[in-house]
Parts: sequence; structure tokens; C-alpha cells
Amino acid sequence: MSQIEQQLINGLALGAIYALIAIGYTMVYGVLRFINFAHSDVLMLGAFAAYFLAPLSERVFGPQSITGAICVVVASSALCAGIGMLIELLAYRPLRNRPKLAVLITAIGVSLLIEYTCQHKAVFKAETKPFPRLFPSQDFRFGGLAISSNDIVVLLVTVVLLGILWFVVQRTRIGTAMRAVSFNHQAAALMGININRVISFTFGLGSALAAVAGILYAMKAPGIEPLMGVQPGLRAFIAAVVGGIGNLPGAAIGGVLLGALETFAGGIPGISNYRDGIAFAILILILLFKPAGLLGRVQTEKV
Amino acid sequence: MKTLATIQRVMAVAGGLLLATGCGPGGGGGGNATGGANTPAGGGEIIVGEYASLTGKEATFGVSSHNGTQLAIDELNAAGGVLGKRFKLLTEDDQSKAGESATVVNKLIAREGAVAILGEVASSRSLEAAPICQQAGIPMISPSSTNPKVTETGDCVFRVCFIDPFQGTVMANFALKTLKAKRVAIFTDVKSDYSKGLAKFFKEGFLKGGGEIVSELDFNGGDKDFKGQLTTIKAANPEAVFLPGYYTDAALICIQAKQLGLNVPLFGGDGWESDQLLKIGQEAVEGNYFSTHYSPEAGSENGKRFVAAYQKAYKGELPDAMAALGYDSAMILADAIRRAGGTDPAKLKGALAATKDFDAVTGKITINPQRDATKSAVILQVKEGKFKYVETINP
Repeated sequence: MSQIEQQLINGLALGAIYALIAIGYTMVYGVLRFINFAHSDVLMLGAFAAYFLAPLSERVFGPQSITGAICVVVASSALCAGIGMLIELLAYRPLRNRPKLAVLITAIGVSLLIEYTCQHKAVFKAETKPFPRLFPSQDFRFGGLAISSNDIVVLLVTVVLLGILWFVVQRTRIGTAMRAVSFNHQAAALMGININRVISFTFGLGSALAAVAGILYAMKAPGIEPLMGVQPGLRAFIAAVVGGIGNLPGAAIGGVLLGALETFAGGIPGISNYRDGIAFAILILILLFKPAGLLGRVQTEKV
Repeated sequence: MKTLATIQRVMAVAGGLLLATGCGPGGGGGGNATGGANTPAGGGEIIVGEYASLTGKEATFGVSSHNGTQLAIDELNAAGGVLGKRFKLLTEDDQSKAGESATVVNKLIAREGAVAILGEVASSRSLEAAPICQQAGIPMISPSSTNPKVTETGDCVFRVCFIDPFQGTVMANFALKTLKAKRVAIFTDVKSDYSKGLAKFFKEGFLKGGGEIVSELDFNGGDKDFKGQLTTIKAANPEAVFLPGYYTDAALICIQAKQLGLNVPLFGGDGWESDQLLKIGQEAVEGNYFSTHYSPEAGSENGKRFVAAYQKAYKGELPDAMAALGYDSAMILADAIRRAGGTDPAKLKGALAATKDFDAVTGKITINPQRDATKSAVILQVKEGKFKYVETINP
């Protein structure tokens, strides 16, 4: 039945975006052991950065050009990487040696601060804005299946970014340093690793991915507003926990799983409204039977 | 994050409650005092409170409605007001948020001493404020909330628009007769009272007319991905899709429906009427239909005068249905105050209920015993990026 395949395509395209967001949550958790709630707002800022940069790129590269689109995405991610690092520097670094709960509450505070500042009349205002088309899109038909070129772009971008991320984490000096910091802060510091630099880099990288995810999400549903990050952020957070928080492939798998779940549940009459409920029920089940998530390692608490 | 949102909501509601309880006795006293203090004729101002979604998700509705109301108040004051008193319109923004309307309406009644409340467009928010007005005994006129429950709150709550049972029936007949669709899918926003009500009445009318509902699915207002539901709708092979929602969601749904190859007409209610539908939806909304209260293309003499005055006041912008209804709500209030000979709440209530054949810009308005307006609906189609008048349907 083509309906199931169509839902798989829909779910994959949505899940790929969740995966990109989930990786940001999981990377920060990996090095700092706390959930950066402001992550979903960086995603929103990424979409807004593209919203404001698109007319500029249109003037330079002409309307809906691929080069222009790439420039917009790169510039927005760079901007968001900077914002992510700034958030870490101003809000989280001063609390580095305080209880984890203090940082967590601060993260919630930062998230609310960004959301409500952006809703202010002088900033972006609260109403939905039409997101510009960055490049020409087309819908392909294969028998009964419909695939939008946007979906293909989303999948390709996600796969390429995951590849690059894997390379950075596994094959570069800074990646090795990230893994070392995630393994043990103090030991890493004793080995001469500049912890602050590594953490800052992690935030930058995660925020850049969030910006890309934000733009992809805005291409999918071209209406953006300051609270647009809340819902995908929540689902990506579940995805990160389901996959095993702190585990990069786990976050990617969790994201795709959540995306597929959401589309399939959405397509069933009667339960289409319980998508979040189902997502959370699965989260609870996984935490009950596999507390560290699908791919997470079980860590014994040292006393 | 969801929990966060919930916490915020709980806090907002708690805040509203605090305010409500804090002002409860004062508000009641104020209500009585207003009756006494404002009745003596001559001098002073008539304070009218308005709450609207000037920002947020349904901002264009709130702004249009407010522009219409403001124009009416300005025209009334320019003509010397009513009974020798001028109007003072106090407008509060509820930010399109749940919980906020209750807070601002409490403030308008208890602190500002409004003699009547005008608002809201969205039924959910009118339903929030209606019990507060009812309790304080202050008449409330909703310009464009179409859910029947709004005026069922009590004898203080009126509206100047038609209600969803009528709108739902109109759209059911439109689907059967004009679109010639026998198999229709319904896609409802379960977060909105307006959408649920309209879907229910459409379904009743459509089934009665011999149509078949092939699929019924839900979304949550504010969702961004609808492909899961739309894939199922497409598989059910409908001839048209009824989409009773608000413009932002409707535009995104039209876009994703086109991407999935669901090439049948989508049609909705008055919640669609906004420029944002065209700006976000672009060519994806082209050819789709919706029912609404009014079209500048099909107006009476009074309607034409209103269009000219509105364009003069708002830089050539054409008034939409929300603007016209906002204007009518204020004009009907002024008419009732004139007939009641003052702002005494009980007399004002009686005068509003007795409104008959009032020549409003959206057509002749008669307030029926349910305190709803009996009047006709128009159907518009999106054509070349504009709303085009299709037909008028009388009750």
C-alpha cells in the first residue's frame, strides 16, 4: 500500500530535522551533563536569521538561487554558532562549578528570555511571518508517491552534516578533546585540554546545527514565529533521550523514530491528536526497560 | 518544553484568578456603582472597553477588528457622540493567548469602569471573557465569534455575526451544490472551539444533504507538519476537504496538501480571511474557497460608504469582514445606548436585545432571542492572489 510508504517518506523528512536538533541537545549533555533548554530558541533564531538574510542574498545572487541559499544557510549557522557560544559564556560558564540544577534552571530562564524578547513589538513581534523561498522547489511523483524536492534536500543535508559531525568528533584534535572532556572533565584538564574552549566549541557546533534545522523546518512549513522552536525542540529532546542522551548516533536514530511515529500516529483517525502523548508514553517505556536509552551506556553512579 | 508552556499557562490562569478574586467584590461593587454613577445625563464620557488579539497568532483579525471599531467610535464622536456624551474606547491586547482575555477584561470592567465590552474575534477567547461580563452585569458584544456557546453564557452576551450552525450549513450546501462534491474529508483544529463547532455543524448539514464524510482527522493549531494526516486524507480520495481553521494553519495545510498531490479544493470558514493566508500560502491557496460575513464587492449603500471611509482612514486598505464587524459592533452599541437613554446595564441589555433591522455595513442585523444576529453569509474564492466574491447565501 503506497500510503505506508508515503508516511515513511513524510516521517523520514520530519525525523531528519528532529535528528539535527537532537544532536545539539545530546552533544551539550555529553560534555556538560545538562540539558540546554535554550537550544530550541537558537533554532528559531536560525530561521529568523535566514528570513532577514534572504532578501540580501536575493539582491546579490538573484531570486531563489542555490548559491544564495547556501550563503544564507552558512551565514545563519555562523551567526547562531556565535549566539550559542555567547549564551554559554554569559549564562552557563559562571555557573560551571555550581550544582547542575542551577545551570538547568538558568537554561530554562535563557529560553524564556529569548522567546519573550523576540515576541516583543520592537524585535520580531509575535505574529507568524511568511518564510521566503530560498531556492526553487518541485514535487516529484512516483506512481502514488509524492516527494517534495525540499524533503530530498532535508535528507541530504542531514546525512552530510551527520557525516561531517562524525568526522569532526572522531578524527580531529578538537573532536578528541570533546570526547575526552565528555569522559572526564578533570582528567581532561590535567592532560592540558582547554576545557572552556572545548565547551564553547561544542555549543557553537550544536547551535550551528540547530540553525540549519530551523531553516529546514521553516522551508517545510514557511510560517515562522518566535515560539516555533518549542514544539520541535520538545520532540527532539525526547528523541535524544530515547536514543540515549549523550550518544550521537542514538540522537539521530531517536530523531528519525520520533518523526516516523508522529507522522504515522497523525495519519490514524481518532488518535491523530495524541501524537505527543504517544511520544511520551514511548519515552516512559524506554526509560523503564532501558534507562540509558536505545544506544546509551549504563553508568554506575560513583558514591 | 511542553511542561514549561503548561507552567506558563497555569501561572497565567492563576494570575487571572488572583486578579478575579482580588477584584471580585470590588468588581461587583463597581458594576453597581457604574450603573448609578453613569446614569445622570450630561457631560462625561462613555467608556467602552475593547479586547482584541492585536499581536500573536491571530493578530491580523484583532487589528482589523480594532481598526473597524476605532473608525466607528471616531465617526460617532465626530457627530457629537450619543446623548451629548462622547465615547472613550479603551483597547487591551490579549496577545492571541489563552488566559489573557480574562485578565484584560477584568481590568477593563473593574479598574477602568467600562459600561460595555466589545470583543473578541476568536470564540475561545470570547468564551473566556463572557462569564466575567455576565457576572459583572456588563453587556458584551462580540463582533465576530461564531461559536454558539458564546452567547449561551448569559443574557449579557451579544454578537453581531451569524453563528456556526448557519455557517456550517452554508458550507455544506456550497460543497454539495456549487462544488458538486459528494465525498468530503474534514480536517479539524481540536485546540479551537470555533473549528470543532464549525466541523460539527458542517458534518450534520452535509450528511443531511446526502453527502459522505470519507475521512475525519485532527490537528493542533500551531502545528507545522500536517503530512501524516494529509496522506491519510489523500488515500481516502475525497472530492474536497473542509478545513475549518485559522489562516496560518490553513495556509500551511494548503501548501503541504499540494506537495502531497492532494489536488482537490480545500474550503473553510471565516477564519481564513486574512492577507496572511495569501502571503504564506501563495499559489498553494489559489482556487480555494471560504465563507465569511461580508465582501466589499457586495455591499449596500451604507456598506459602500463604509468602504470609502475605511480606505480614507487606513491608507487605502480594503476592509475585511473582521473590520466591518468591528465597526458594526460599536455602531449597534451606540444605537442601543441611544434607545436606552443611558448606560444603565439593565436598560442597555434590553435595548441591545430589541435591535431590529439595524442597517449595518454587513447587512441588516436583527438580534434574535438567542442574542445572535440573523444575517446572510458570502462565499469568497482565492483568485490571482486576491479574495473574489462568489455568492451570497441568505438565512
